[in-house]
Amino acid sequence: MLLDEVESAEAALRAARRQQVPAETSGVPAGGPEIDSFEQLIAADLKIEPRDEMPEAYRKTLIRQIAQHAHSEVIGMQPEANWITRAPSLKRKAILLAKVQDEAGHGLYLYGAAETLGVTREHLVGLLLTGRQKYSSIFNYPTLTWADMGAIGWLVDGAAIVNQVPLCRCSYGPYARAMIRICKEESFHQRQGFEILWTLARGTPAQRAMAQDAVDRWWYPSLAMFGPPDQESTHTERSMAWKIKRFSNDTLRQRFVDTTAGQAEALGLKLPDPHLRWNPQRGSYDFTPPDYDELRRVISGDGPCNRQRMAHRRAAHADGAWVREAAAAYAAKHGTGAE
Amino acid sequence: MNSGTGSSAGQEPVTGEDGGVGVPLWEVFVRPRRGLSHAHVGSLHAPDAATALRHARDVYTRRQEGVSIWVVPAAQITASSPEEKDAFFDPAADKAYRHPTFYPVPDGVPHL
Repeated sequence: MLLDEVESAEAALRAARRQQVPAETSGVPAGGPEIDSFEQLIAADLKIEPRDEMPEAYRKTLIRQIAQHAHSEVIGMQPEANWITRAPSLKRKAILLAKVQDEAGHGLYLYGAAETLGVTREHLVGLLLTGRQKYSSIFNYPTLTWADMGAIGWLVDGAAIVNQVPLCRCSYGPYARAMIRICKEESFHQRQGFEILWTLARGTPAQRAMAQDAVDRWWYPSLAMFGPPDQESTHTERSMAWKIKRFSNDTLRQRFVDTTAGQAEALGLKLPDPHLRWNPQRGSYDFTPPDYDELRRVISGDGPCNRQRMAHRRAAHADGAWVREAAAAYAAKHGTGAE
Repeated sequence: MNSGTGSSAGQEPVTGEDGGVGVPLWEVFVRPRRGLSHAHVGSLHAPDAATALRHARDVYTRRQEGVSIWVVPAAQITASSPEEKDAFFDPAADKAYRHPTFYPVPDGVPHL
């Protein structure tokens, strides 16, 4: 159960802290060399904290990864916000609002974590708005029906969970702590999506067909969320050595397929892969990989909704400028600011 | 944060972003429930204290994670320096006699 893994990652943080307390009865102080160099901390599976000494490349790669993760959360609000006004019931509207609100919150936790590495929020937002940093390619696909809300919650959030649970043990403290928080909230997202599809799959033939169509369109893009295959993944070795990345792309992709195939059977919906089959020798499902050429095209800007997502984000930033200016003016006038 | 050895990395400014003046950074502390102390949960940006408090409620207590919130301007926090931590904290390392385990308790002595 993935939530158990999150709990144990959190418990590991508390246990590590207790290792520092000396328990000497002989009067001799706790001996041994201090573990405090970057390499020693990484080797001992202890956390790097803000302002610790760290290789510049470690700092830069983390800024990029955490910031792009944050951008993904915020851009990811768009495909689902698309259906808030058309949710089929008040309860489902409230739930979808809560989910989208969570995504905003996840973006904020992650921007906060990135900022501890010595960058400003303004700088990171600028990198997104000018296209110099990216966001997860999955959000460049359109949400065509209400059933897409179910498919996204079940498959896209499901894939995100498989990706994010290992990050709860990443070597950089603020990122690991943000991921623990995010993972706890993410599991509601997946169950919410599953429940939407469960209801549709047991509804009218048209609802059933809508659910199946959404699954057909979101399955392969969800597999692509894990990135290119291992032999093409350029930064993996160094990220693994620094304990930022704990498992390879293909390992996580396989884990996602193995956990999801049984859920599809329970739903009574088919995953659109004629080669999906349990392999007893491997103890895993055999499956058709996603189209990596399509992934490359979508990442580089040629997906169905890339332009729309960026235009929406830029407009939101521009349209909100008067609010930021008014709030700053009010704070300055009333002297209630931060100084 | 203020410190003697602060290191903010040089980064090229992105022009046009809020005219180069950032919205202040606040650190957020939440008391999860009565009986526990406030714990640091993260940070956020807000123009003033009242807004920072409301944002903190919306970002960090959506699932009833807290009964009390403190927000503190990050610039007001003075932090010990990681580079100086050895010299700063070393004096405590060789004073095992501050711990009860330093003292052998003879057999048969009750309540010690």
